Amino acid sequence: MRIELLLNGEKHLVEVQPPELLLDVLRETFGLTGAKPGCRNGDCGTCTVTVNGWPMKSCLMLAAEASGQAVVTVEGLGDADIQQAFVDKFAFQCGYCTPGFIMNIHALSSKHPQADEATIRDWLQSNICRCTGYEEIRQAVVSVLEGKVKGM
Amino acid sequence: MKAIGRSVPKKESFDKVTGVAMYTADKVEARMLHARLALSPYAHARILSVDTSEAKQVQGVKTILTGDVSDVLIGEEIRDRPIIAREKVRYYGEVVAVAVADTEAAAKRAAELIRVEYEPLPVVNSPVDALRQDAPILHDKLGEYENEGRAVPVPGTNIASVNRLRKGDIDKGWKESEMIAENTVWFMPSDHAAMETRSATAEIRPDGYVVIDTSSQVPFTVKKYMANYFGIGSGWIVVQTPLVGGAFGGKSAIFLEPIVYLASKAVGGRKVKIVLTREEDMASAPVRIGLHATVKLGSTLDGYIKAAHITYRFDGGAYNDKSSDVAKAAVIDCSGPYGIPNLACDCFTLYTNHGFAAAFRGYGHSELTFAMERAIDALADKLGMDPWELRFRNAAVPGDTAPTRDLLTPSNLGDIKTCLNRLKILSEWEGWQVRQIDAYRIRAKGISCFWKNSSMDTDASSGAIILFNPDGSINLETGVVEIGTGTKTVLAQILAERMRMSPERIHVKLTVDTRTTPEHWKTVASRGTLLAGRAVLKAADDAIRQLLDIAACVLRADPEDLVLENEKVFVRADPSVNIEVREICYGYVYPNGNAIGGQIIGRGHYIQRRMNPLNPVTGEGTPGPEWNVGAQAVEIEMDTRDCSYRLMKAISVNDAGKVLNPEGARGQVMGAMAMGLSFANREGFDYNEQGMVLNPTLRDFSVLRYDENPSYIVEFIETPCLDAPYGARALGEHGMIGMPAALADALSRAAGVRLNQLPLYPETVWRARMGYSHVFL
Repeated sequence: MRIELLLNGEKHLVEVQPPELLLDVLRETFGLTGAKPGCRNGDCGTCTVTVNGWPMKSCLMLAAEASGQAVVTVEGLGDADIQQAFVDKFAFQCGYCTPGFIMNIHALSSKHPQADEATIRDWLQSNICRCTGYEEIRQAVVSVLEGKVKGM
Repeated sequence: MKAIGRSVPKKESFDKVTGVAMYTADKVEARMLHARLALSPYAHARILSVDTSEAKQVQGVKTILTGDVSDVLIGEEIRDRPIIAREKVRYYGEVVAVAVADTEAAAKRAAELIRVEYEPLPVVNSPVDALRQDAPILHDKLGEYENEGRAVPVPGTNIASVNRLRKGDIDKGWKESEMIAENTVWFMPSDHAAMETRSATAEIRPDGYVVIDTSSQVPFTVKKYMANYFGIGSGWIVVQTPLVGGAFGGKSAIFLEPIVYLASKAVGGRKVKIVLTREEDMASAPVRIGLHATVKLGSTLDGYIKAAHITYRFDGGAYNDKSSDVAKAAVIDCSGPYGIPNLACDCFTLYTNHGFAAAFRGYGHSELTFAMERAIDALADKLGMDPWELRFRNAAVPGDTAPTRDLLTPSNLGDIKTCLNRLKILSEWEGWQVRQIDAYRIRAKGISCFWKNSSMDTDASSGAIILFNPDGSINLETGVVEIGTGTKTVLAQILAERMRMSPERIHVKLTVDTRTTPEHWKTVASRGTLLAGRAVLKAADDAIRQLLDIAACVLRADPEDLVLENEKVFVRADPSVNIEVREICYGYVYPNGNAIGGQIIGRGHYIQRRMNPLNPVTGEGTPGPEWNVGAQAVEIEMDTRDCSYRLMKAISVNDAGKVLNPEGARGQVMGAMAMGLSFANREGFDYNEQGMVLNPTLRDFSVLRYDENPSYIVEFIETPCLDAPYGARALGEHGMIGMPAALADALSRAAGVRLNQLPLYPETVWRARMGYSHVFL
C-alpha cells in the first residue's frame, strides 16, 4: 500500500506492507537508523520519534498508521538545544538509547516548557538507559528547560 | 595546555546525539541475506528429529542449517559447545536451527516452521542440584573435550572446573579464632541487557577472505578463534567492529560469529546478517553467572580476622565458555580487600540447564564481594562490633599478601583505609545507621568494601599507531572497542599530554578493523587505559624522536637540545629557534626543493609484566597488575508494612590512581553503581521447574528506570599505580562491585533480619521477615 509521510519536513510517497512497523520503514526504506530496535515491544524507548510533536515509540506504530502525519526522527532535529545539552552534560555513554531520549525530551520541552520534576519523571520513565545512572540525563533536561525559561 | 584531568567530551559525541553513529545492525545492504534462529523450548532434551521440509517451502528461503552442518565444538576454556545443537539441547533458548532467506520476514517465517521432535530429560536447575549424587549429567563426554588447560573438569560429574586456593595455615587460623561466623548467599543467573542486542554479518569473498562485522568487545579474539575452529589462516579473517551499544561483558563471548559464518558458507559466501531480538538476546545468548556460596570467618574477640574458608558453587550454565575463568577471578580475590593471613577457597564451576555464562562487568567480583561482605556483616553482628570498624581493622595494607601470595605494595594496591575514612564522613556513618521516620517508615544505611584485580591472559597486549596529518594534527588508532566507556577519548588525552598539544587536535579512529588496527587483546577488565594507554605513550615517544631528528637537521641543532611544545619544536635554550610541527611531520622541503623525511608514523605496544597463571591447587600466581579498591554505602527507606523500599542515596569512594577525565570517570562509576543496584534490587532470571526462562523481555526482566534511582555521591582518591599512564587505575567496573552487598546490608538493618538472597524484591524481604525459608530450586 502507498502512504504519504511528512518525514523530517519533507513529503514522501512510499510503498509499505500493511504489517510493516514505522520503525522498520524508517530504518530500511529511508536509512534513518537513529531509531534503534532495542526491544520491538514498547519497553525500552530506543526507537522513539515524534509524531505531530508527540513522542512515539516507532515499534508500536504501523507505518500505515503514520500516513499523513508529521514524523520527526533524530536526524531531522537539526540543531536542538537538547543535543548540545547531552554533549555538555556527558548524558550518554554507548549512545544507543540517546536518539530515543533526545526525541522524548525534545517533545517534552516543546509541550511542557516549564515542566516540573513530576512531569519530567513521568515522561522519562518510558526510556531505558543501561549505561548511566540517569543523573546526567536529568541534568541535560533541566539545563534545556531552564535555558528556555530564561530566553522567554 | 593540560590534557590530563580535563573533562574532554567524547570524540564521538556529535555522532551520538545526531543519530549518525553507526552500530553493527545499522548497516543495510540490498543483496544481504538474513538469518533467524529456531530455539529450543526445553532446557534439557534429546533431539529426536529435525524436519525442515515445510520451512524450505517458504518463498525466499535460501537454506536451513541444523546441527549436522558442523561437528566443530567451541569454547574458550573447554570446547564443549556445538555451534548449533546436536543430539541434545542443554538450555532453554539454545539454537537448534538457522533459517537463511532474502528477507528477515521470510527467515522468521521459515524458522517458525522448522519442526523439531524432542524427548525431554530431567533438568539441573541450580548449582546445588548439579552436585547431587543422582543429578542428570549434562556432558557425558566431558573427559574427551579439548581443554585449554586452565579449567579442571571432573568427568562423570557436572563439575566443569575445580579451583582451589590455600594460603597460610588454616588450622592455625581456626585455633587463633575466638569467634566464628558462617553465612550463605545465593542468586540466579541474570542478563547484561545492553540496549543494543547482539548482531553480526559474515561474508566469504571469492578470493577466500572471511569478513565478519560484529557487535563485540573482542574482535581480535573472534579472529583468533575463527581461525582455530575452522582451520582458516588468521590473515584471511577480517573482523570489523563499529561502535558498540553497551556490552558489560556480554559481548566478550563468541556466539553469533560462527553461526553466521556457517550460514554464509551454506549460501556460497553471500553476506548474511543476523540481529537478535531482545528475547533471543536474553534467553539464547550468554548470561551473567549465578552463585551459591558459603563463607566461614574466624576472628579474635577484638575483630581481627584470622581465618576464612570460602566455598563457591557457580552456576555456569549449559556450557563452560568463560564461566570457569570468572570463577577463577573470584578465587583470586576471594578474601575481599582484607589482610586475612589464613585462607582456603574451594570453587566449583557447575554445569546446569541454564543459559551459559559469559563475563559480566566486575568479572566475578560483585559475586565474591556479596558473599564476603555479607559474612563480614554476620561476623560484626556476632562480635557486637560496628561493621565499619571491623572492615577498617582488617583492611589490607602494603606489606600484606594477596590470596595469590603476591606482595601488596603502595603501587599495586589502592588505599582502602582512606576510602573507608572518606566513606564514613560522606555517609555520616557516625550520625545514625537506622532511623525511624514515622510509624511505618525506617531509613537505614549499609556499607561495603571491595577490591578487584584483573584476570587476563598472561600475554594480553595492546598496540597503537599514530599518523600525522599535513596540518600537524594526529590520527590515533588503537584496538580498543568503543563500548561507551569513552576510552578512545581518554587515549587521545594521554597522547595529547605526552605530545604537549591539545586533545582537540587528536583525531580518533572509532572503529576496529583487525586487518589494519593494531591488536588490543580484549576490551574488557577495565584495562583499556593501562594496556592501550601504555602503547599510546610508546607510540608518542617514537613519533617525538622522529620529529626531533628531522627538526635537528633543519634547525642545525642536536636533537637532545630540542623540545616539543604546542605543535612546535624549539631549541630549549633559545626558543626563537623553532619550527612548526606541520612543516616537518610530512617531511621537510628545503627552499631549493630538496626534501628529507616523510610522514611521521609512531608505533607502540605494551604487554603486561611478569604475569603467570595460577597453580590450580594452591592458587599461587600473579594474575594481574593491580588491586583497585573502594568503599561504598547505600541508604534506603523501607515501609515496614509491605517491605517496599526506595533507594535514597548511594555513595562510592574509589581509588582512581589518577582521574584522567573527571566527568567521564564520574559517569563510569555512577553508571556502574546504578547497574549494581538494579541487579541487587530486581534483576534475575525466573526459571520454572522445567528450567524455562519466564522473563526474557525488558517488560518482565525490569531494570532501573529514571525515577527509581537514588542520589549519587562519587568521590575519588588518587594513589598512583606506577605501571599505569599518569598513575590511573582501572575504573569502569568498580562502581558496581560493592552495591549489592551495601544494599543488602541496609535492608537487613531496616528489616531486622539477615538478607542473603538476590534480587531483593520486597517479597524476598517480606518472606525473610515472616520467617519463611528461602525458596531455592
